[in-house]
Amino acid sequence: MFFQPFGKYILLLKAVFRRPEKWSIYRKEILKEMVAIGVGSLGIITIISVFLGAVTTVQTAFQLVSNLVPRSVIGTIVRDSSILELSPTISAIVLAGKVGSSVASQIGTMRVTEQIDALEIMGINSPGYLILPKIIGAVTMVPLLVIISIALSITGGYFAGSLSGAVTAQDYIYGITTDFIPFTFTVCMVKSVMFAFIITTISAYQGYYTRGGALEVGISSTRGVVISCIMILCADYVIAQLLL
Amino acid sequence: MIEIKNIHKAFGDHQVINGVTAEFHPGITNLIIGGSGSGKTVLLKCMVGLHEPDQGNVLYNGRDFTRMNFEERIAIRKEIGMLFQGSALFDSMTVEENILFPLNMFTNQSAAEKLERANFCLERVNLAGKNHLYPSELSGGMKKRVGIARAIAMNPKYLFCDEPNSGLDPRTSIVIDELIAEITDEYQITTIVVTHDMNSVMGIGEKILYLHQGKKWWEGSNEEILSATNKELNDFIFASKFMKALKK
Repeated sequence: MFFQPFGKYILLLKAVFRRPEKWSIYRKEILKEMVAIGVGSLGIITIISVFLGAVTTVQTAFQLVSNLVPRSVIGTIVRDSSILELSPTISAIVLAGKVGSSVASQIGTMRVTEQIDALEIMGINSPGYLILPKIIGAVTMVPLLVIISIALSITGGYFAGSLSGAVTAQDYIYGITTDFIPFTFTVCMVKSVMFAFIITTISAYQGYYTRGGALEVGISSTRGVVISCIMILCADYVIAQLLL
Repeated sequence: MIEIKNIHKAFGDHQVINGVTAEFHPGITNLIIGGSGSGKTVLLKCMVGLHEPDQGNVLYNGRDFTRMNFEERIAIRKEIGMLFQGSALFDSMTVEENILFPLNMFTNQSAAEKLERANFCLERVNLAGKNHLYPSELSGGMKKRVGIARAIAMNPKYLFCDEPNSGLDPRTSIVIDELIAEITDEYQITTIVVTHDMNSVMGIGEKILYLHQGKKWWEGSNEEILSATNKELNDFIFASKFMKALKK
């Protein structure tokens, strides 16, 4: 139930990291994937990040009713929760839906239309050619997207706080610039890289072993997203437990 | 030459191929025929390594493919061209890019030389000037022809065709068959075609292997097939009224 798919997943990864036939072709594919994953996901990441920061600010302000707690704490909370949890994890879950489903359905369609067989017949290591560029594209672009997400989330919080009157601009800026622990950013980057790897490899695995037709491609795509989301949350806990 | 010796293949409890032995010679069109579910495509996939046979050997000019490691298999596969049932063209690439793909991956030719080869292959399949079309813009017959062009781009020694006529009208089927036969003769390739199309059998079947229930049931040429006495083969060949009338 668990061990056989896990074994297949490990064997697929072994094939993925076999030496490429020609680096120049892989380089082009990597750049294509970086554009698709990075630039292609910028819009959705921008929207969710701004609202995440805004909602966190408003809700934190609502819960901080004590006069003993300075309002600048809202900025600190928004900053730390964005860096440590909201930006990497929520971005990864959104990317699992966007990038993961695309990877699974793209590879799954290639499988059921015999395009993967055609690659194999040509003597090409199909897992390497199809999956390695996606992994490299994701592990380089997702951390960048997360950094952008953090910046936008904090900015969203600033505007929400100022516009609603929940926290003054001065207090908010004081909050986000006080007591910053640089290691939280390291944890955030570790999470981003891990989540990117999880999204691409699990979705690619689901697509690569698709059997049947269009219906099964849909099922693989859904399964890729669901398993990626679960694994992201598990990895989130493990990384937090190990590093913090 | 390709030799297969005592090939067995099962999926779970279902024995699909049951001890098939045969030889396929270069320069002639070898056909594997049989009803649906007789194991034709599985046998073809065992020969090219897309399925691993449970037992038996596949020899390419004496080199045992079933006992080769990954790198050795890659070397053999560079000598293989294959036309798939659904053409299996890469959707994201144009016709030209599809043909250039194996050349880009495995040769160190200049861009001009590769383009010249791609154009030659396209001309060979009567698709000159269609370089920049995408597979979605092609008809079924054109897709098959691009599939053939891609399969011959690397000058293969072995050409495998999985139901090249499926989904095509009779006239286009004949064009594809003639193209396969011409290329086979011209380049002295060992060609194996899996089909259940009777026009192909009668038109280009220089050597025919009839599979029934996963076993080799009959072997011969298209000239011999009409006079064969094998009951299962006759039931298959003369299933249609047209073929019955032809026999009479």
